[in-house]
Amino acid sequence: MAYQVEEDRGFSIVLLTGDVDLSCSPDARKTILDCLGSKKNTLVDLSNVTYIDSSGVASLVEGYQTAKKKNLKFGLVGVSGPAMSVLELARLNKVFPIYATVEECVNTDG
Amino acid sequence: MDQDYAIRVENLVTHYGPRKILDGVNLAIKPSEINIIMGGSGSGKSTLLRHMLGLHTPTSGSIILLGKDIARISAAQLHDLRTNMGVSFQGGALISSMTVGENVELPLREHTNLDDSTIGIMARMKLEVVNLGGFENLMPAQLSGGMIKRAALARAIVMDPKMLFFDEPSAGLDPVVASELDDLILKLRDSMQMTIVVVTHELESAFKIADRIIVLDHGKILLAGSVEEVRNSKIERVQDLLNRRSRHEEIDAEAYMDRLTGGTATLQS
Repeated sequence: MAYQVEEDRGFSIVLLTGDVDLSCSPDARKTILDCLGSKKNTLVDLSNVTYIDSSGVASLVEGYQTAKKKNLKFGLVGVSGPAMSVLELARLNKVFPIYATVEECVNTDG
Repeated sequence: MDQDYAIRVENLVTHYGPRKILDGVNLAIKPSEINIIMGGSGSGKSTLLRHMLGLHTPTSGSIILLGKDIARISAAQLHDLRTNMGVSFQGGALISSMTVGENVELPLREHTNLDDSTIGIMARMKLEVVNLGGFENLMPAQLSGGMIKRAALARAIVMDPKMLFFDEPSAGLDPVVASELDDLILKLRDSMQMTIVVVTHELESAFKIADRIIVLDHGKILLAGSVEEVRNSKIERVQDLLNRRSRHEEIDAEAYMDRLTGGTATLQS
C-alpha cells in the first residue's frame, strides 16, 4: 500500500493505493487519525485501492468515530468495487458518507 | 498451475492403525468456490478435512494449499499459511471462560500486533456480519446452538482468510437457522471471494450452496461434480446417499463373527 495526503478546500484527502491489509493498515490508521488530530475535515480516497481487509475497514470506522467526537467531517471517496463489497458485507456502506469524487463532497457540503 | 487452484490433494492415503481411511484421494479446488464434501459415516470426509487443515500427517500423498505443500514448509511458513485459513468446527469450539467478543478477537491477538481498538472493531464487525451485533459481552453458555455456530463463524473469518473450512455447519440446527447459515456462507464467497470447503450430511444445504460436490465412499472419491451432475449420477452408491438408503452389503460371516468375538469363536455348521 502507498498513501499520500493532500489538502483541498479545507479537507485533508488521504489517498490510499494498492492493497490495504494487516501489514499496512496501521499506517493508514495513523495517517487518518493524524489528519483528524490536526482538526482537519478528512476524506479517504479509495479509488486506487485494489483490496481492503477488515483491519483497513476498522481504520475507516475509527476515523468516522473520531471525526464525530471532534465534530469534524469524514467521508469516503471513489469506493472501488472490491472495497464496496467488504463495506456491504458489514452494511457499512449505509453508514459512511460516500462520494463519487472530492468535487461532489465539497459541493454537497458547500 | 498452482494459481488455478486454492487447494490440491494428490494421491492422499492415510491409515488409522491397520485401517485405510483415505485411499488415493485426488482433488483440485478452485479459488472462490464452495466445495461440499459429502459421504456416509466412515467415508473419510472428516479425515480429509483434517488433512487439509494440516492436523494429520498422511501415510503418503500431498496437500497443497495456496501453492504450498504443507508437508514441506517450515513451521513459520505453516503459521503464515494458517492466518489464511479459517475453521469452524462442528461444536463451535468456543472457549467457555471467555466472552463471545474475546473468542472472536483471539486469532487477531495471537497472529497480529494490531492496536486494541482496531482488534475490537474488527471483532464487532464480524459479529455484525453473522447477525450477532451487540452480543460480544455474553458468555458462550448464554448462546443458543445456532448463535454458537455463528459466533464460531465470526471467529473463523475475523482474519479475512482466503480459505474457510466448515465441519457440519448445519448439524443440530433447525431448518430456518440452517438456511440462514447457508445464506451467510454464500455471502462470504461473493463478498470476500473466499474458497470454502464444507463437510456436511445435509443434502438440502449442499444443493443450495455448492459450486461443486465431492462424494466420498470408503476413502475414495466416487464423484466430483456440479449439483446437477451429482443429482443425475447413475452411480448406485451416490443415489443411495441422495435417497438416504443404507447399503445392504453382503456379509462375510466368518470375518464378521471373528470381529465380534475377537477371533475366538468358530461358526457352527
